[in-house]
Amino acid sequence: MVTVWFSLVVLCWVLFFVLEGFDFGVGVLGPVLGRDDHERGAIVRTVGPFWDGNEVWLVAAIGVTFAAFPDWYAALLSGLYLPMTVLLLLLAVRGVALEFRGKGDGERWRRRCDTALAASSTAIVLLWGAVLGVLTHGLALGADGQVTGSGLNRSLGPLLSWPALAGAGLALYAALLIGAAFLALRTTGPVHARARRWSVRVAAVGTVSLGGAGFATGSRLVLAAAVLCMGITLVARHGRELVAFGGTALGVAAAVVAVFTAHGDVVLRSTLDPAWSLTMTGAAATDSALRLLSVVGVVVLPGVLVYQAFSYWVFRRRVASERVPS
Amino acid sequence: MDVLDLTRLQFAVVTIYHYFFVPLSISLAATAAGLQLTWLRTGDDKYRDLTKFVGKLLIVTFAVGVVTGLVQEFQFGMGWSSFARFYGDVFGPTLAIEGMLAFFLEATFLALWYFGWDRLPRKVHAATIVVVALGTVMSAFIILAANSFMQNPVAYTLDPVTGRARLDDFGALLLNKVNLAAFPHTLAGALMAGGSLLLAIGVWRLRAAGEAGFRTLARLGAWLTVAGGALTALTGDHLGKVITEVQPMKMAAAEALYATTTGAPFSVFALGSPDGGEPFLSVEIPKLLSILAAGSPGATVQGLDDLQAQYAAQYGPGSYIPMVPVAFWTFRLMIGIGMLAAAVAAYYLWSTRKGRRTHPLVLRFLPLIPILPAAANTFGWIFTETARQPWLAFGISRVADGISPGLTRGEVLASLIGFAVVYGILAVVWLRLVRHLSRQPLAPAPAAEPAAEKIPAPVY
Ligand code: HDD
Ligand code: HEM
Ligand code: HEM
Repeated sequence: MVTVWFSLVVLCWVLFFVLEGFDFGVGVLGPVLGRDDHERGAIVRTVGPFWDGNEVWLVAAIGVTFAAFPDWYAALLSGLYLPMTVLLLLLAVRGVALEFRGKGDGERWRRRCDTALAASSTAIVLLWGAVLGVLTHGLALGADGQVTGSGLNRSLGPLLSWPALAGAGLALYAALLIGAAFLALRTTGPVHARARRWSVRVAAVGTVSLGGAGFATGSRLVLAAAVLCMGITLVARHGRELVAFGGTALGVAAAVVAVFTAHGDVVLRSTLDPAWSLTMTGAAATDSALRLLSVVGVVVLPGVLVYQAFSYWVFRRRVASERVPS
Repeated sequence: MDVLDLTRLQFAVVTIYHYFFVPLSISLAATAAGLQLTWLRTGDDKYRDLTKFVGKLLIVTFAVGVVTGLVQEFQFGMGWSSFARFYGDVFGPTLAIEGMLAFFLEATFLALWYFGWDRLPRKVHAATIVVVALGTVMSAFIILAANSFMQNPVAYTLDPVTGRARLDDFGALLLNKVNLAAFPHTLAGALMAGGSLLLAIGVWRLRAAGEAGFRTLARLGAWLTVAGGALTALTGDHLGKVITEVQPMKMAAAEALYATTTGAPFSVFALGSPDGGEPFLSVEIPKLLSILAAGSPGATVQGLDDLQAQYAAQYGPGSYIPMVPVAFWTFRLMIGIGMLAAAVAAYYLWSTRKGRRTHPLVLRFLPLIPILPAAANTFGWIFTETARQPWLAFGISRVADGISPGLTRGEVLASLIGFAVVYGILAVVWLRLVRHLSRQPLAPAPAAEPAAEKIPAPVY
């Protein structure tokens, strides 16, 4: 039962990082691929109908984590109090910038929204990457399962570590890759052409640098990522946009799964003493809560997947970025 | 302020802010659904235009509700991690189920509705906004169940080994009698919030442009405000009785009633200080408190002093009396300000009956009316939550035991300032946007997006 729920928690996080991953990527790429107001509008419209539904996967992920593993939820969020605060503020700015862009008046308003969107998306990606990096490494959990220490050192300290920096870098890279692949898939016109060129280039850069890093460290995981990037480079060059996008999505999903399962059944590693790590069974809610959740999960989640897929189908038409003389 | 008080303040600020937008989302979604169904039935295009108009307000309000709601979801782990561990079993599933059941529906179907005007068959399209409206009501019900648990814990057992609350019966948690009373009261309050916004916009536009559709909007808003007012009073009366039963201390604090009294009066207004001394000026309605609390003029209402002695004997030494002046005033302000909004809306309806014109002074100040229900809602929540002190969950755990260990003042202060600044900016931006959207003509020029149809079918 606990393993099933752990898988479901991971599934929610994977869906969040994949689906919002391209939303964030699109946000980051807005000013890069959109040369003027009109093109940037088209870029925002590619995610317009989807971003909110995608963000609910974060609500679901955090909610299910809370429900199934209250100790994990409590330790993680209180231990990372300040980073999480900043993250939430950035998410607030991002969502509002996306939603308000098309409703205000005038180009200046839209330019401001674009700036806010790109800046907040970039910062969000870096911060989430850092948090995921910290997760692979662990937090300073004490014997009681709470993060020890206090103040700045406790809640910002972990972010100034190598795993966090590596995570931030990788996340930004992944966001660029999946964002470009998504835009290539969803647009026509000049933005489309640029997005296609970008996905090829970004994937090629990844092939080389991840390949180099893989050989240097001998990590099979990194090598696999490099091979995936090579594959993406090839299919993207041949204009197989759906395959290229699927490949990047798969890559992001695999990376998230790798982070969450890095320590076997330890969900949050203690950097102080391995015995203090939070394990799956140790952090789990009671059976009755898990049973209730299972019923709801089995009945409700498939329905969610169906109607979300329906909405992607309804809005499947590409967004035009070329100017039509009126 | 120590770290506990600061964390309480931070939670209060962030939650109250979320609750400025939530009632608007609930009532605007329902209104948009009602208008669109009316359009389908009557075929009168006025209703289609009004639906789209309300829809734009809904979508920008909803966006702020979403991003601030996300914050709420994280709050319990960040500032109140001991609470999260303790009640994880009760709270976690409630939040998770709310997300899976309601939030996915709202977010997905709102997008389908907003972007789907010309992509979905008419009836399917109308159904999407009905789903959104039902989703908002559902999420209110579920989250209020979580709050009702804190007012009146039910459906749990305390685990003898871990000392934590264990959920026994989710159905019983939802059907908590406090929830059954608070949910309709909250919806009625939401109706007033949205109704008065529409009334304000309608009147403002009537004054400036005089389009006939705005008269419909203003009168619709006024009706919703009046109906909401009547319903808040009815449901509030019932809620008061339930709360007297489960938390007599709260209602005693609401009246600053120190001594147990038979046939207790309700003071509308008191000067002096509600701290146990005799007020030097007060306006009292005889026996009303007994009626409110227990339904009969001769009923006995327990006073703070007796309750304090009783709780000290039951739960151990300590003070169990909440901040009495806060409870006293917020309770009156909720009722007074809310009823004022209903009265103003009723006057507007009466004075504009059969096409008459209302007094210019009324027109001048009506656009400010949305402030009233927003204030009443806020005071209602401040009353509810502060008069629950010192308990976090009534009778089973105290606020002081819920805070995250190791949290420092610096962190909480940084978070409080961060939220205050960002939320402040959001509020200004939202207000400007609402003003901008309200200025749009009701029947917009044909959409300038026919180009989209000429795009070649997608090749994937
Ligand atoms: C427009 C808003 C509005 C108006 C006009 C009223 N209320 Fe209210 N009230 C609320 C908005 C509200 C609220 C914000 O929605 C609260 C906070 C918690 C809740 O469930 O509803 C609330 C709470 C609340 C509570 C405390 C519930 C608790 O502790 O759980 C009581 C006893 C009342 N109300 C009673 C009344 C009465 C007797 C009213 C009389 C006429 C009244 N309210 C008008
Ligand atoms: C329905 C879900 C809600 C839950 C689960 C909830 C939970 C909590 C918690 C955990 C605290 C901190 C502990 C405490 O101080 O007692 C708190 C305090 C508070 N909440 Fe709520 N709350 C909810 C809704 C709201 C809303 C909608 C508002 C206002 C609009 C609100 C206003 C406050 C205030 C003012 C405090 C501070 C009380 C004090 O510390 O004296 N709450 N609530
Ligand atoms: C303190 C506890 C609360 C939590 C954890 C919470 C959580 C959330 C979240 C995550 C969302 C965004 C949903 C989305 O992404 O679509 C949201 C929106 C919403 N919340 Fe809250 N909320 C709280 C308090 C309340 C209260 C007290 C009510 C009502 C009585 C309420 C009613 C709603 C409604 C109707 C929405 C959807 C409409 C909108 O987004 O404006 N919430 N909430």
